[in-house]
Amino acid sequence: MNAPTYNFAYLDEQTKRMIRRAILKAIAIPGYQVPFASREMPMPYGWGTGGVQVTAAILGPDDVLKVIDQGSDDTTNAISIRKFFGKTAGVATTTSTTDATVIQTRHRIPEAELHAGQVLVYQVPIPEPLRFLEPRETETRRMHALAEYGLMHVKLYEDIARFGHIATAYAYPVKVNARYVMDPSPTPKFDNPKMDNCAALQLFGAGREKRIYAIPPYTTVVSLDFEDHPFTRYRFDAPCALCGADNSYLDEIVTDDRGGRMFVCSDTDFCEQRQAAGHHGTERAAPHKEKAHV
Amino acid sequence: MYVAVKGGERAIENAHRLLAHERRGDRDVPEVTLAQISEQLSLGVDRVMTEGSLYDRELAALAIKQARGDMIEAIFLVRAFRATLPRFGASEPVNTGEMQVRRRISSTFKDIPGGQILGPTFDYTHRLLDPQLAEGFVPEQPATAEAPQTPAPRVTDILGRDGLIESSPQAEPDAPVGDLTREPLSFPADRDLRLQNLARGDEGFLLALGYSTQRGYGRNHPFAGEIRFGDVEVEFFAEDAGFAVPLGSIELTECQMVNQFKGSATEAPCFTRGYGLAFGQSERKTMSMALVDRALRARELDEEARSPAQDEEFVMSHSDNVQATGFVEHLKLPHYVDFQSELGLLRKLRQEFAEANDTPELREAAE
Repeated sequence: MNAPTYNFAYLDEQTKRMIRRAILKAIAIPGYQVPFASREMPMPYGWGTGGVQVTAAILGPDDVLKVIDQGSDDTTNAISIRKFFGKTAGVATTTSTTDATVIQTRHRIPEAELHAGQVLVYQVPIPEPLRFLEPRETETRRMHALAEYGLMHVKLYEDIARFGHIATAYAYPVKVNARYVMDPSPTPKFDNPKMDNCAALQLFGAGREKRIYAIPPYTTVVSLDFEDHPFTRYRFDAPCALCGADNSYLDEIVTDDRGGRMFVCSDTDFCEQRQAAGHHGTERAAPHKEKAHV
Repeated sequence: MYVAVKGGERAIENAHRLLAHERRGDRDVPEVTLAQISEQLSLGVDRVMTEGSLYDRELAALAIKQARGDMIEAIFLVRAFRATLPRFGASEPVNTGEMQVRRRISSTFKDIPGGQILGPTFDYTHRLLDPQLAEGFVPEQPATAEAPQTPAPRVTDILGRDGLIESSPQAEPDAPVGDLTREPLSFPADRDLRLQNLARGDEGFLLALGYSTQRGYGRNHPFAGEIRFGDVEVEFFAEDAGFAVPLGSIELTECQMVNQFKGSATEAPCFTRGYGLAFGQSERKTMSMALVDRALRARELDEEARSPAQDEEFVMSHSDNVQATGFVEHLKLPHYVDFQSELGLLRKLRQEFAEANDTPELREAAE
């Protein structure tokens, strides 16, 4: 039988070179979606194959990797991806945002400010911000080429006309380096301002859709809005029940079927660091902790 | 209750152990062997090789066993393995005209040079469950006869000699072969990439699309010019040796559809082609593929493309079952961060609605 053997960080070097070329092009043209020959990965499409390929292509033996999903290091898919790289690359892993050199994320940007030298790798399901306005790739590529973004502004305007607000709560479109309209991946719009002028390199990988794009460090990223309807962040108005933070994005935990709920930080590392530093909320438990291995 | 949401390392490990246990089933029942799967579930193996794009019966059988018979999961396993294989080069084009034919039928002529050969087929069986097969059934040895010495030229070649069917476009011998697993697909795509996409595409999806063309959504008046199944030799041009060396033989099914004719003031009318090719014996797949291939040639043949099967971006972007199942099933992953954001927006909109319409119950519920 043709028994499989695998390279460092799973992908063969030729594939990594191809991905790195796409990444370099993406960095050179901030916000532009670079097509790349995405490979079939050993996890399903839609489960982070784009992010995994980007991470595999940039990872070196000395890197320290953090993987989060929904802001948390211990969600099932984050664990699965972290274990994948632990196994195929043998790199050190961490849950600390500050200690990590590469952070792969799905749906969140960490609360702690990222520093120079770090790379944030986003998993992207649908890279095309115009996709739900125009399903054809041939059309959307032309619209980007001509910077023809009127359709997006009409959509945002129609939201305001219908609901009184821009009715996009996540994957809120941004303009990068005053040129390309970009999908920030399905992060809550609360996270959008963190992309602007960020010290870290931000890379976006969409495996199924075969696209890579990037925001180089210290690049202008503006959330689309109107003068009379400026962009606003959304955050539930409560402190975290565990660490008392009043500036972090919160998960809503339903505690019973009579309307009981609590709000805790979605970024588990941020929350734990704060608790370790002596901050407390109304609850003292750390309910997301698993029981120790026996 | 929170633990259930967050899952964890131990939960994953335990789930995998449980999966392995369920896969084995009742341990008093003997385990199926790869040879059993390969020999007795051979059409399933053929499908996994075709849509997995890898001709290896043993690995396909292993994938089916590992996937507990879930074909798309098995195809996925094969694809993920295939993605890591080094590429030595491309084989010489196979010559299906020289196929060692095991089955070969044409619905366009009563008889053809080389003859109609029914071969192993479900066609004309009565679909009655056969209790004999439940256990220990030993079938009769098949009837045999001297192999015919007459060649079996392709029916489309016979039509082509009289110019009754469009000539098959010849590829540039030195042009590289398109490969959508190595280069990202862009639209409009050429026919080589379209055919590759269809060959890897989901059998059920292509079946439904092919069927839709028969029911009027992009009708193209097909006749099954020929379907042939058998063994063909694969050759590889070895630079060192300076000539093509045989690598072995593979089983292929080829379907050539003969479709509605076209013509113009300057060109004599002739039939057009739709093409299907798959590993092993995969007739439903190749026929569906040929129907969809012909439908996708609408642009090239100056036909109005109004139906889903004629829409290249629609067909090619959604034919791949590994991509499709991944994205559909990713909805199982946690989405509570986005959901929270939507929830916040919805609550705000409902509160504003309640204030504007002065409905206190709604306002209370919104708060």
